[in-house]
Amino acid sequence: MGALTLPSTDEVWGWLSKVPDPEIPVISLTDLGIVRDVAWEGDTLVVTVTPTYSGCPATTVINLDIEQALRDHGIEKLRLERRLSPPWTTDWISPEGRDKLRAYGIAPPIDGTAADGRLMARVNSLVGGSNLTIPCPRCGSSDTEKISQFGSTPCKASYRCKACLEPFDYFKCI
Amino acid sequence: MAALADTAAGRAALLEFLLRTGDNTLILGHRVSEWCGHSPVLEEDIALANTALDLIGQTQLWLGLAGEVEGQGRTADNLAYLRDAAEFRNVLLVERPNGDFGQTLMRQFLFDAWHFELLKALQGSTDPRVAEIAAKAIKEVSYHLERSADLVVRLGDGTAESHRRMQNALDELWSYTGELFVGDDADEALADAGVAPSPASLKPAWDAAVARVLGEATLAIPSSGYVHKGGKRGVHTEHLGYILAEMQFLQRAYPGATW
Repeated sequence: MGALTLPSTDEVWGWLSKVPDPEIPVISLTDLGIVRDVAWEGDTLVVTVTPTYSGCPATTVINLDIEQALRDHGIEKLRLERRLSPPWTTDWISPEGRDKLRAYGIAPPIDGTAADGRLMARVNSLVGGSNLTIPCPRCGSSDTEKISQFGSTPCKASYRCKACLEPFDYFKCI
Repeated sequence: MAALADTAAGRAALLEFLLRTGDNTLILGHRVSEWCGHSPVLEEDIALANTALDLIGQTQLWLGLAGEVEGQGRTADNLAYLRDAAEFRNVLLVERPNGDFGQTLMRQFLFDAWHFELLKALQGSTDPRVAEIAAKAIKEVSYHLERSADLVVRLGDGTAESHRRMQNALDELWSYTGELFVGDDADEALADAGVAPSPASLKPAWDAAVARVLGEATLAIPSSGYVHKGGKRGVHTEHLGYILAEMQFLQRAYPGATW
């Protein structure tokens, strides 16, 4: 493949935006904000990915899915790199990603809470509960309560809506 | 100032610190994972398993860096699965048996409150590799601490039975907390180089957080100042051997097995 025929990085970003997250397939890896960089080094494509949670079991699957998708588009020389810093934050989830999560029944993280220090403020207060109101993704009511800090995956917490009585997952802010 | 890792003694101190940090998360992560499928309620089962998962994930980062610093080609897996008890550097607190749910939660809270302060300080480490792992881990640990503090209050200030169990757990575990704050030459070298805080420097903030939560939980802090220690230099209780027997069996019996 000659240098002139290399696809642009914009094209590669476009392909990656079609790769679903393995655990929440309604959003893509780019919606999630974990693809940090796409660049050519000579004729080798270098894709830099950051993990969501350090122990997230989906990380290996995500790397395989990225590799598969890019191979399907004819990329032959490919290197995946892990970048830890700056650490992933839910603030990087795209607005479209938030809408897709809500439509899927998962309350999206409140935008900006990781950056503005509300997460740390809550931990520093230790007792007294959450300083965030999480609206129900089904009926929109703000009358909700936390059932557990952890849900079906490390990135989610379990909540209950006291208006429509439905339990729901909340994608917690980190 | 020369970087700590430029000298053999400095590298040895850094390696010691990384093993201590990674072994704490590894052994506690393994202990907590023993609850999987056995917790009193489904939500707590999931919470414990996810906490264990975070801790094991952090272990991969700490022990991965330990292998890199050691420079002998050992991976995080090699370090986790192929060392014997005397080479483990975790504090004795994390190898304490799970006991009942109250003991497990109290151990988690006492550890989380310390872990949070440690990571907070490590974010400013002069070693950028240490600082970036800490910045990643503290996000996860802030949720661990919020959960364990909340449950200690709810169960401590709960029914007579839950209060009794939480007080018993505190009485049983208290003498294992002192080791978190005891330093040695390696700790001093790291503190001088700005790589890690001196263990004693974390105590005032830990004391304050623990006093506040235990007070809210109506639990009495034991008056005994006795400190069980040894884990940080490889002298462990018999419990660690049983943990390793289970955790390491597969790699010992089938070296290099993957799935």
